[in-house]
Amino acid sequence: MREQAQILPGTLDLLILKAVSLGPLHGYGVLLRIGQISGQALLVEQGALYPALFRLVRQGLLNASWGTSENNRRAKYYELTAAGRKRLREEEDGWNRLAAAIATALSAQPEEL
Amino acid sequence: MNFVSYVRCLCAKFLRSSELDDDMAAEIRSHVQHRADDLERSGLSRAEAERRARVEFGGQVRFTEECRDAFGANLLETVFQDVRYCLRIFRKSPAFVIVGVATLALAIGANSVVFGVLNGLILRPLNVPQAESLYGTEYGTDLGFQSYPNYLDLRDRNRSFEDLAAFKFLLSGVVDTGNDPMPASGFMTTGNYFDVLKLQPYIGRFFHASDEHGPGSAPYAVLSYAYWRSRFNSERSVLGRIIQVNKHPFTIIGVAPPEFRGTILFVSADLFIPIVNQQQVDGEDLLTPRGTNKAIFESFGHLKPGVTAGQAAADLDRVGSYLEKVYPHEFSKGPSSIIREGLAGFSRPARAFVTALMLLAGLILFAACANLGGLFAARAADRSRELALRLALGSSRSRIVQALLVEAVMISLVGGVVGLLASSALLKRLSVWQPFPDAPIHLPVTPDATVYIVALALALLSGFLFGIVPVRQVLSTDPYQIVKAGSNARPGRRVTLRDVLLIVQIAVCGVLVTSSFVAVSGLLRSLNGRLGFDTHDTVLVGTNLASAGYKGEQIPTMQKQMIAALKAIPGVDHVGLVNNYPPLVYTAAFATDVFKENATDLRPSNAMIRPFRYEVSGDYMPAAGTKLLAGRDFDWHDAKNAPAVALVNRDFAKRVFGGPALALHRYFKLQDGTRVQVVGVVEDGKYLSLTENQKPAIFLPFLQNPASQSWMLVRSTRDRQQLIAAIRDKLRKMDSGLLVGTETWNSLLTVVQFPSRIATLSLSVLGIIGAMLSVTGIFGMAAYSVTKRLKELGIRMALGAQRREVLNAALGRAFRLLAFGSGAGLAFGILSSRVLAAIVYQATPRDPLVLTAVVITMALLGLVATWLPAQRALSLDPVALLREE
Repeated sequence: MREQAQILPGTLDLLILKAVSLGPLHGYGVLLRIGQISGQALLVEQGALYPALFRLVRQGLLNASWGTSENNRRAKYYELTAAGRKRLREEEDGWNRLAAAIATALSAQPEEL
Repeated sequence: MNFVSYVRCLCAKFLRSSELDDDMAAEIRSHVQHRADDLERSGLSRAEAERRARVEFGGQVRFTEECRDAFGANLLETVFQDVRYCLRIFRKSPAFVIVGVATLALAIGANSVVFGVLNGLILRPLNVPQAESLYGTEYGTDLGFQSYPNYLDLRDRNRSFEDLAAFKFLLSGVVDTGNDPMPASGFMTTGNYFDVLKLQPYIGRFFHASDEHGPGSAPYAVLSYAYWRSRFNSERSVLGRIIQVNKHPFTIIGVAPPEFRGTILFVSADLFIPIVNQQQVDGEDLLTPRGTNKAIFESFGHLKPGVTAGQAAADLDRVGSYLEKVYPHEFSKGPSSIIREGLAGFSRPARAFVTALMLLAGLILFAACANLGGLFAARAADRSRELALRLALGSSRSRIVQALLVEAVMISLVGGVVGLLASSALLKRLSVWQPFPDAPIHLPVTPDATVYIVALALALLSGFLFGIVPVRQVLSTDPYQIVKAGSNARPGRRVTLRDVLLIVQIAVCGVLVTSSFVAVSGLLRSLNGRLGFDTHDTVLVGTNLASAGYKGEQIPTMQKQMIAALKAIPGVDHVGLVNNYPPLVYTAAFATDVFKENATDLRPSNAMIRPFRYEVSGDYMPAAGTKLLAGRDFDWHDAKNAPAVALVNRDFAKRVFGGPALALHRYFKLQDGTRVQVVGVVEDGKYLSLTENQKPAIFLPFLQNPASQSWMLVRSTRDRQQLIAAIRDKLRKMDSGLLVGTETWNSLLTVVQFPSRIATLSLSVLGIIGAMLSVTGIFGMAAYSVTKRLKELGIRMALGAQRREVLNAALGRAFRLLAFGSGAGLAFGILSSRVLAAIVYQATPRDPLVLTAVVITMALLGLVATWLPAQRALSLDPVALLREE
C-alpha cells in the first residue's frame, strides 16, 4: 500500500470542490472520488468530510439535494454552484502558484545563488 | 460569504431545527450503508460490514455538532454554551456576581423609579380617548386661570379647538346623603365637559351643554367610579337619588368610567357638578364678573385635525388681543400657550424637576457602568492567562469577546430584573400614597409596560456598555507574550481606561453627594427660617360658612361671633381671621392690582404694583406672630361703612412709598376704584412659596371684604389636644351643622414644603446610591491593585520597606484618583446646585459647612473603601508569599 499524505489544512475544501466539479456526488462518493483522483494518496477522514460539506453549502458554493444512488439507496447529492465553480478556479490558481513557488524553491541549487 | 444562503440557513435552522438534525442523521446513515455495501462486496457478511462501517465513521454526535457549527447560524447555541460556561465561572466567584448584580440593581432601580414617575406624570396622557390631541390653554395673565365670561368668549371665538370645556375645583365641599355630612372634593365643570372628553358613562348619563339654562339650572351630580364604590357601595339604585352638596340638593344622574378620575392627573375627583350651579356651592357668584380669575381653573379641548400647537397658541393670542381691546379694564393679555392636558400649570415645574432627576439617575447608571466596566476590565486582566490559552488553542477573538459580553449581559439582566422588581414595588406604593391626608392628591405612577421595557433596555444597554470595556484589552492580547511572561506583561502604563472610569465615577458620586448636602442644608434652613409669621403655638381653624348654608350679611356676623367665642376659651391669647387661606397654605395666594392714588385709568396694564392680597381681622397680626413695624392694627371699627384702610408689608412700603415710616397715612387705589389709606406697616414674609423672592403684600380688613371661607388663627400655649377639643366644642355649640377643620400651621406647611422635601429626599437617596457605588468602585480598584502587586509588595517588605511606604505603594494611586475625582465632583456639584435653588429654599453651596461636609464624606468613603485592601497589604507575609510564587 502506498504511503498516504496528510491533507494540508485548508486544502480539504479545494479537494471537495474539485471532486464535485467532475460530477454530482453524495458524501461517500466524494470520499471515493478524492481517493481515486489522488491515486489513493490522499485519504479524508470520514467524519471530517461532512462539516466541510455543510460549510461549503452554507457559503453557497455547493447545492445539496436528495436522490437515489447507484446502489439504489437514498443519498444526498452535492453539485457545484456558479459561485463554487468560480471559487474552485481561484483556489486552483492559488494552489498552483504556491506549489510552483515551493517547487522552484526546493529545486534551487548552490551554484544558482 | 454568501449572505443570502447564510440567511436561508439561519432561517432553516430556526424554523426547522429538528428537520435539520433528521437530515443529517439520514445522510450519515446513507454514508454508512454505502460504505457497508462496499465492504460487503469485498466479502464480509452484511452485519459485519455495517458494524465495521459504523466503527470507521466514528462518533456521530461529535460530527453532527461540528456539522451544525459548520452550517452556521449558531449564535444562539454558542451563546447558550457561553451562558453555561459563565454560570460555572460565576459559581466560583460569587462575590463578583453579588457586587455586579447589586450595583446594577441599585442603578436600574433608581432609574426605573424616576422613569416611572416621568412616565406616570409627564409622558402618559390622561386616560381618555384621543388624549394626544387634548390640550389645555394658558391665556390671560394667570396661567390657565380666567373668568367665566372670558372662557365663553374663548370657546366661541377660537378657530383651533373642536370644542372647549372648562373646570374649577370644588375643594373641601360637604356632601350629605341624608344626615351624614362628609367632606368631598371634585370638579365644577362646564356642561360639555364629558362630551369634549369623548367619555361614556359607566352607568346612568352625563350632563351636557343642553342641560345648562343659566345660573343654578343644572342641579346634577356625576360621581367618580371610586367615590361611587366607597361612599355608595356600588349601588345602581343611586341614580336619581338626591344628595346635598354644601346644603343644596343635587340629583345623581350617572357614574364616570373607572379609569377616569378628572382632568388633573394627581387629583382624584369624587364628583362632578355643572359649573352653572357654582354660586350654590361656593356661596358667592364667580361666573358673572369678567375681572376675576377665580372662576375657571383651566379650559381645554381637542385640537381640530391639522391644527398645530403653534397655530392654536397664535389663535389664543388673537382672541386675547380682541378681549383686551373690548374689555381694557377687566382683561390684560399674557403670553398664550397650550399644554398637554393633565398637569395644567404644574406641568413646567414638574417637567423640569423630573427631567433633572432623570439626569441624575442617568449619572448614577453611568457611574454604575463605569464601576462594572472597571470590574470587568480587572477580571479580564486577571484572566488574561486563561484568555491567552483559549486564543492559543484556536478560539477566535470574536468568540472570546462574545463570551465576555454574554457574561456582562447576564449580570446586567439579573441586576436589571432585581432592580425592576424593587422599583415596581416602590412605584406601586407611591401610587397609593396620599401625601396630604386631607387633600385628594395622589401620584398616578403605577408602572406599565413602558417602564418595564425601558428598564430592561437600560439594563441590556449598560451590560453592553461595561461589557465592551475589556474588549480592547482582549483584542490586543498577544497569547504568546502572556503565556510566556504572565499577565504583568505591560507595566508602567501611566493612565489606564480603568483609572479614567474610576475618576468619572467618583466625580459623579461627588456631584450627587454635594447636591444632596446642599438640598438637606437648604431644607433645614427653610424649616427654621424666618417666614414672617410664627407657626408655633397656633391652631388653625378652617370653616366654610357657605357650605353650612350662610348667606350675605350672615357670614361676617357669624365670623365675628366665632372669633369672640374662641377668644373666650381660657388660655387663648389671640384669635385672628384670614379669608381664603393663610400665607403658605395650599400654595394658594391671590394677587391684586394696585394703582396710584390719583390714577383714573384702571386698566391692569396701568397698575403700579401687583402685591399679594389678604383680608384679615384685627388681632390677626399678633395671632400670626407677625410684627407690626409702624402704625396701628385693624379693629372692629374698620367695618363696612368706615373708610377703607390697609396694612402693608415692609417690601410694599419700600417699593411704593420709599420706606415703612413714609408709607403711613398715604393712599393707593384698588382695581375697583376704592381709595385705601395705609394705617400700618408689618414685617416681610413668605406668601406663596418658600423659594420666592421677597414679594409685596397688602392686608385689608375682612369686614370690608367678606368671604365665606376663612381660617381662624388661635394662638395659645395650652396643650394642643385640649385646645382643639375646646375649640371644636365651642363651635359645635354655635352651629352643629358646621364642618370645622383644625390643623396646625406646621402641618399645613407640608404642602408648600412638599416639593423641597421630595427633592431633598430623592437627592439624598441618589446621593447614598452614588456613595455606595463609589465605595464599591474604589474598593474594587484598591483590592485589585493590592492583589496584582502582592509579589512586588512582598519584595519591598522583605527589603525592609516601612508600613507607610507599603501603603503608599499599594494604595497611593487609589487615593490620588479619589482626590482628583472628588475635586471634580465637588466643582460640578457646586455648579449644578444653582439648578437646585429653584426647588429647595436657600440651596446654596457657598456654605463652608456644606463644603466641609462633602470633603469629609468623600474622605470617609475613601477610607471605608480602602480599609480592607490596606489591611491585606499590611498583613502580608513576605516569606510565605515569595515561597509561593
